[in-house]
Amino acid sequence: MTTLLTPASVRTQAPPPGRRTGNRLGRLLGYLAMLVASIAVLLPFYWMIVSSLKTNNEVFTLPVTWLPAKPQWHHYVDIWTRSDMTTWLGNTMLLSVAVTFLQVLTGSFAAYGFAKIRFPGRDALFLLYIGTLAVPWQSYMIPQFVLLSKFHLSNTLWAIIAIQAFGALGVFLMKQFYESIPDELVDAARIDGMSEYGIYRRIMLPLSTPALASLALLTLVSTWNDFLGPLLYLRSSDLWTIQLGLRTFISQYSAEYALIMTGSVLSVLPIVVIFLLGQRYFVEGVATTGLKG
Amino acid sequence: MTTVSPAPSRRGRVTARNTLLGWSFLLPNFVGFAVLTMVPVVLLFYYAFTTWDIFGGAEWSGLDNARQMMHDSSFWTAVKNTVYYTVFHIPLTLVASLGLAVLLNKRLRAVAFFRTVAFFPYIASIVAVAQVWNMLFSPGYGPVNAILRAVGVDNPPGWTTSADWSMPAVILVGTWREMGYFMLIFLAGLQTVPGELYEAARVDGANAWQRLRAVTLPCLRPTTFFVVVMLTINSFKVLDLILVMTNGGPGQSTLVLAQYVYRKGFEENQFGYASAVSVVLFLLCFLVTMVQFVVNRRREA
Repeated sequence: MTTLLTPASVRTQAPPPGRRTGNRLGRLLGYLAMLVASIAVLLPFYWMIVSSLKTNNEVFTLPVTWLPAKPQWHHYVDIWTRSDMTTWLGNTMLLSVAVTFLQVLTGSFAAYGFAKIRFPGRDALFLLYIGTLAVPWQSYMIPQFVLLSKFHLSNTLWAIIAIQAFGALGVFLMKQFYESIPDELVDAARIDGMSEYGIYRRIMLPLSTPALASLALLTLVSTWNDFLGPLLYLRSSDLWTIQLGLRTFISQYSAEYALIMTGSVLSVLPIVVIFLLGQRYFVEGVATTGLKG
Repeated sequence: MTTVSPAPSRRGRVTARNTLLGWSFLLPNFVGFAVLTMVPVVLLFYYAFTTWDIFGGAEWSGLDNARQMMHDSSFWTAVKNTVYYTVFHIPLTLVASLGLAVLLNKRLRAVAFFRTVAFFPYIASIVAVAQVWNMLFSPGYGPVNAILRAVGVDNPPGWTTSADWSMPAVILVGTWREMGYFMLIFLAGLQTVPGELYEAARVDGANAWQRLRAVTLPCLRPTTFFVVVMLTINSFKVLDLILVMTNGGPGQSTLVLAQYVYRKGFEENQFGYASAVSVVLFLLCFLVTMVQFVVNRRREA
């Protein structure tokens, strides 16, 4: 948590302006603003965690209690027997890993073609890729659903893999990165007789580890948190992801406020841990592309 | 084949070889992309002109869907609510994320910590986030209203249970969720502002507010433009947040276009009509983005 949440490029820059003004009032106001913002951002998370440790009655008592009278840790045990948490988390993990793997692999592969090989129609095709980043998925989810149903993929985990794994984002992010690698390097390898596939695998891939990591994290987080895709495609309860499972759990146990919050914490926790481990790459990914719907 | 080939045909062969090579790299991704994105987008424009209920397939019905939309009050409510969300979500998120970025670009202690924290809402799952906010907003016992009462608001709003306050509640959560993300993009943009400009402004005696207006904002214009475009697209397509928080209600007070597509298509199985509504969503996004690009280009020229 103490690591700087800044892209490497940002950190090497000259110190930000304004620090020399150093007037006390300005600083004080700055800290005040930061404090207020922190509370506004963190309060819901704090409340989620605290409520998961309260009794159901205590969640909604007036005045609001900001600490549980007696922490109910047993909720974190109970929820596994009261819900199919294991199945949900298992499915979500499986999907996240599969989608991320495919997105990183096919995205970086295609990006090499776009960035380092010149052929007619290439730029027009890339424009098409970019264009779809601005098209909301919600506008073509119906024909896509019809199509996947015709392939008999609806109500299978394959549907989610299919709709998530071939997005334009990976291609876009990796192409940007590959273009920052000088052509001379590639040309030198070509003169040495290395094939294009060899160049991709032995030169580009190792050089692009940070970009690959940021793409992997972006994809992992968005697949983990995807709600609409699974909502449309995964009908059988044994295929549900954590998002779908949690939503059903909420409607089934609508009075079990504490347990609902326990489930919520469990759905957020893995992704927060992954984010904290890889935040550097995550942030770089967002700062360089900014394109994540 | 021939040992000595004239230059043009040799170039031709290189081009052919490169085309083949290039496509071999694109293919694995392109097949998925073409089948699952491009084909559906094309099909969408065909389905929009068909009638299609749960039985049978798409039947061409020309402009029937368009005519139906004209007289469909729910559709117009959805359009109105989408615009409502957009008109408030964009400036709110813009100001919040830019404010955070300017604040966190300073050399203060704990800045790094907060930069990390501000991102949490964006990576947290929508279902959990929506549920927590619904509980925070709960009219009688929720902490939000408890705080409001404590500071002297006698009759705090019912938030998601009230037709007037449900949309503001959803917009607030939407802003809370996205501001950390756009803050980061602004932070990256702030690094490109030349420090000398601030020095010059300071020498001229400009105060902090004047420096923001005369230096920071103009230099950030490309970033701001990008953020506005993204916010517009995000606003037009808002669905999951609303689906989980209010499900369009109470009444139709938070029914948005994307949700209307979902409702018509997946709850009522009217694929044809839902596609027609999708086309409106598609064109709205496309047109507004285009207009923004044109205006931006004109301003730069």
